[in-house]
Formats: sequence, C-alpha cells, structure tokens
Amino acid sequence: MSSKHLPLWEVFIRSRRGLDHKHIGSLHAADAAQAMQSARDTYTRRQEGVSIWVVRSSDIHASQFEDDSAFFDPAADKVYRHPTFYDVPEELKL
Amino acid sequence: MADTSPPDALSRFERTIAAEEKIEPRDWMPDKYRLNLVRQISQHAHSEVVGQLPEGNWIARAPSLRRKAILLAKVQDEAGHGLYLYSAAETLGVSREEMLDDLLSGKAKYASIFNYPTLSWADVGAIGWLVDGAAIVNQISLCRTSYGPYARAMVRICKEESFHQRQGFEIMQTLAAGSAEQKAMAQDALNRWWWPSLMMFGPHDAESAHTQQSMQWKIKRQSNDELRQKFVDQTAVQAAHIGLVIPDPLLKWNESRGHYDFGPIDWDEFNRVLAGHGPCNRARLAARRKAHEDGEWVRDAMLAHADKQRARATGAAA
Repeated sequence: MSSKHLPLWEVFIRSRRGLDHKHIGSLHAADAAQAMQSARDTYTRRQEGVSIWVVRSSDIHASQFEDDSAFFDPAADKVYRHPTFYDVPEELKL
Repeated sequence: MADTSPPDALSRFERTIAAEEKIEPRDWMPDKYRLNLVRQISQHAHSEVVGQLPEGNWIARAPSLRRKAILLAKVQDEAGHGLYLYSAAETLGVSREEMLDDLLSGKAKYASIFNYPTLSWADVGAIGWLVDGAAIVNQISLCRTSYGPYARAMVRICKEESFHQRQGFEIMQTLAAGSAEQKAMAQDALNRWWWPSLMMFGPHDAESAHTQQSMQWKIKRQSNDELRQKFVDQTAVQAAHIGLVIPDPLLKWNESRGHYDFGPIDWDEFNRVLAGHGPCNRARLAARRKAHEDGEWVRDAMLAHADKQRARATGAAA
C-alpha cells in the first residue's frame, strides 16, 4: 500500500457566464487534470456550472483570523466612503 | 495574433453576444474584438490613474480635515479603479508593463478632461459633480458590456463611484449657499468644467470612429450622444437646485423631445487637447513619468525582500 497522499485542491465554479467563479468546495487528486474531472463529477452533476477553476490548496494564502480586527481596522472609521454619508435630495438622482 | 479559430467559433461567439451572454477570457473571440477591448479598457484605466493628478493637487490644501479625508479617500479609490481595469485588460493577454509603457510614452490616450488645471477648491467640487457624474453615466451603461471581466469591474466601480459624485455636489452646494465670493468661485468652476465634461462622451455618433463596431459587439451599449443627453438632463436639474447657471445660453427644456436642448460643442478645442495641446498635457505626463521613476526603488525593494525571504526559507529547510 502506498503511503503517499493525494494533495488537496480547491474548486471554484462559474455558475453562468458573466458571474465570478465562486468557491464551492475541495477534493483530493494527483494532478490538475484529475482534479478537473473530479470537480466536474463532484460539483456539477446538475449543471451547476459552465466553467471550473481548480487550485492547489497549498497555493492559497489566507489572512489569519486572529489578525482580523487589526488587519481590517483602517476601513472601520471611514464612513465618508459611503454615498449615504452625504445628504442630497432624492429627486436629484445623484 | 492570427485567428486560429475552430470552424464554428465565430458563429458561437456571435450567438453568445446575441443572447446577451458574456464573453469570458478563455473563449475564442475575433482579434478585432480583443483589440477594441484592450484599447477601450486600457484607456479607461489610464484615465483613472491620470485623473488622480488634478485632484491630488488639492489634498494638502483642502479647507478642512473632513474635506481632506474625503478627498484622500476619493483619490485612493481612483487608483483602485485603475487597478481593477488594468487587471480586466490583462485577461485579454496584454501585460501591465506594455500598457504602462504606452501611457508613459504618450502613445496611449486617457480622458482629455484631465488636461485642464484645477485652479481653485471649487474645481474639486466641479470634478466630483460633473466629471465623475459624466463617468457614472457612461459606466452604468458599461455594466452591461459584453466582456465579463470588464462588466464585473464596472459593477464594482459604479458602487464606489456614487460617493465621488455626491461629495463633489456637496462641495458645490456648500459654496453656492455661502458668501458672494464663494458662490462666484463655484460658478467659475462650473463655467470652466461644463463643456469639457460634455466632451468626455466623445465625438457625435456620426463622427465616432469606433462606435458602430463597438455597439454591434455590445462592448458599448449606448451611443455617445445618448449618454451625453442623459448627463445634460440630470445635471441641468441639479445645477438649478443649487442656484448655479450652466454656461450655455441655448440650454432649454424641450417639451416635445422630453429632453434638454443644448448648444454646439467646440470640437476644435476637443481635438486640440486630444492632440496634446491642452493646458496641462505635458505636466500630466511628466508627473506620471516622475511618479513611475520615483517608485522604481520601491518595486526593486519588494522584489529584493521577497528574494531574501525565499532564500531564508530554503536555507532553513536545507
């Protein structure tokens, strides 16, 4: 019995043209071609997508949960970035 | 690039467009569609980037901390919009470096309006209200463009852009309700920015080099003249609301058309500025080149730092 593990892949599906690919789940496969076929069989059996991306999970770098508040803090006190901050009459269509 | 198309590729492309579906990066597309998009999207990106300059001129001189924070956030957004658009263009196989080279060498165009100077604080208001207002009219229409990545960038940009126009209008509204001098300053800014804003929509439909093909491929969804009319209609009402006068004696509501009529645009001026002879063409490009050159050490440092990190990681592993 082989002691090798199949690496993990993340699967992204575009449900129809014009929309972004969205993360839908993951699977194990030995290479990209296998991952692609597996993704098709696992995640698009009911025509859920028109396009698939597969990415090695180890190639994804994620922000760390513990850092969240400090990491996103610069955006917290800038309410003026939102259109609702400005008081303009509705009928002017601004 | 040669069209190495599978036999039914063109008809498939045309069917996709006809069905109001989006073309996506890996789809086959005619070379001209690709080139047309690269030209339009990169020009759009350059405009966002160069558009930071006239407003950046006033960040350090904003009249209050509130105005300064808002203007800073707006200019920061413009840089972000440039990035979204360059990325959309890159999905078509053109590199960021090529696009930047074309901008810095003067080969690529950007919106002509940014070649006008910002002489007073009211100009910051006029740019937000009029220039961003005109851009929004155009960009809302482009949310329905046929190329997926461009359409998605437009949706994101439109969401962010609304605050730009509102903060500009608020500046104009405040000045117009202020002292006689403040109101005169706002009026002067409107006088100078009005006509260049109308020119932003490009030549009349009959004279526009790219319109017909772009409309057929649904890259553009509404013509220059349609969009210009929409902008005039909404802005005329806004100007009246704050008591400013649009500098066009022929501007008048036309009951039978259901639109405002407006006077002729000075296309000679438009062509002069487009050809590089506007008040600030040389200053804008010089500022962009200097910014790019001054940033070189930062790009070098980023690469050197990454190399060092990599070397350390492999050293630790060995």
